[in-house]
Amino acid sequence: MKPAPFDYVRATTRDEVLTLLAEGSEQVRVLAGGQSLMAVLNMRFAQPGLLVDITAVEELRRIERRGDTLVVGAAVRQAELLAWPGLAETVPLVARALPWVGHYQTRNRGTIGGSLVHADPSAELPLCLATLGGSVVLESRRRRRTVPADDFFQGVLTTAREPDEVLTEVHLPVARPGSRFGFREVAMRHGDFALVALAAEVRGDEAWLGVGGVADRPVVRRMKPGAALADDLDALAWELGGEDDGHASARYRRQLVRELGYTLLTETAP
Amino acid sequence: MKRLDAGRSHPVTFRLNGRERTGHAEPRLLLSDFLRHDMGLTGTHVGCEHGVCGACTVLIDGHACRACLTLAVQVDGRDVETVENLAEDGVLNDLQQAFRRHHALQCGFCTAGILMSCTDFLARNPRPREADVRDMLTGHLCRCTGYTGIVRAIVEVAEQRSGSTTEENEHV
Ligand code: FES
Ligand code: FES
Repeated sequence: MKPAPFDYVRATTRDEVLTLLAEGSEQVRVLAGGQSLMAVLNMRFAQPGLLVDITAVEELRRIERRGDTLVVGAAVRQAELLAWPGLAETVPLVARALPWVGHYQTRNRGTIGGSLVHADPSAELPLCLATLGGSVVLESRRRRRTVPADDFFQGVLTTAREPDEVLTEVHLPVARPGSRFGFREVAMRHGDFALVALAAEVRGDEAWLGVGGVADRPVVRRMKPGAALADDLDALAWELGGEDDGHASARYRRQLVRELGYTLLTETAP
Repeated sequence: MKRLDAGRSHPVTFRLNGRERTGHAEPRLLLSDFLRHDMGLTGTHVGCEHGVCGACTVLIDGHACRACLTLAVQVDGRDVETVENLAEDGVLNDLQQAFRRHHALQCGFCTAGILMSCTDFLARNPRPREADVRDMLTGHLCRCTGYTGIVRAIVEVAEQRSGSTTEENEHV
């Protein structure tokens, strides 16, 4: 339960990070809050040659509003975003979901960007980004590109990030007037990974439902609140499938999508 | 930008429980092991080494964090506080005394971590609801107490420190 040896650099500028990644990308891992990566290293699931710590890079530590987007730097800690004064009005869904991300102690160190690049299919932040239709910025020496959540999440612990790229910004769409948001989750213990997590945005008679913990990535579908809702949720549950694991059966997960989905969309609707 | 080589030990200078200290660590050395084996502070315990149990929780720049998910080299230039810093001149602080009074520990394996979490949590949430206390405690595993005594102790200290009793807390 101790990591294999690696070199370590505490970077202070984004430029340093990009240079180190360009030089030895396959061997390099970016270390942000470490709440996922350090566990992976301790268990030796990964044995990188170099760790680049980005938590001291000031330019990646900002939270700022740019027009209709809340831009969160890759090294912003989950606890920092949760304590950011405008959060509940700006991105209410994230304000609701963040208390479910890990525990008090892990949110103190874990970052928003780190949770997204880790891409655990049952993690709350990827689910929020997908439901809101947000995006991430990936940078390398070669280019800077903005990747929508839909294209970014590609499967279990798999994203569109290439080895020489680092996630630098998270773009969260600011809530449009009239939109209502809801979040529900079932986990073995509050703070553990979700068996099923659901996020909803309802605007007028339009609704979007995001589901985490069932498929290999967060899945968002347009829903129509009303008579056919239960049938639509049933179809969605079968579409997502799910798998049995030590915590819950696929069948139980599908049932949570139906029941919890119905409750969430009904309570979120005006 | 300094690259710390894998095979070598590098100086780590930081504030530990109010005093400046320097030790040496390979990049891969965990903060939990650095504190225990190099700094000689064995009050910080190690349970799971992957962030789940909370036994290793210490304060880094005042925030409760997992020492097993932190590298020793990462605390260079920072402020670290461990359970050894709570008692003063051998007298347990109010939180420790409350834990004792309420039987909030039995074997004590989880206790150091919980005390450090509470230290940070009560500083930032002087009047927590019992639900908030329980939520904060989800980050710790205690296999002895069933948590009830722990919750009682924390709520009592919060009330004493803030000089108030909230209605909700009266019936704990
Ligand atoms: S030893 Fe660090 S959380 Fe268990
Ligand atoms: S007192 Fe024994 S584990 Fe908590």
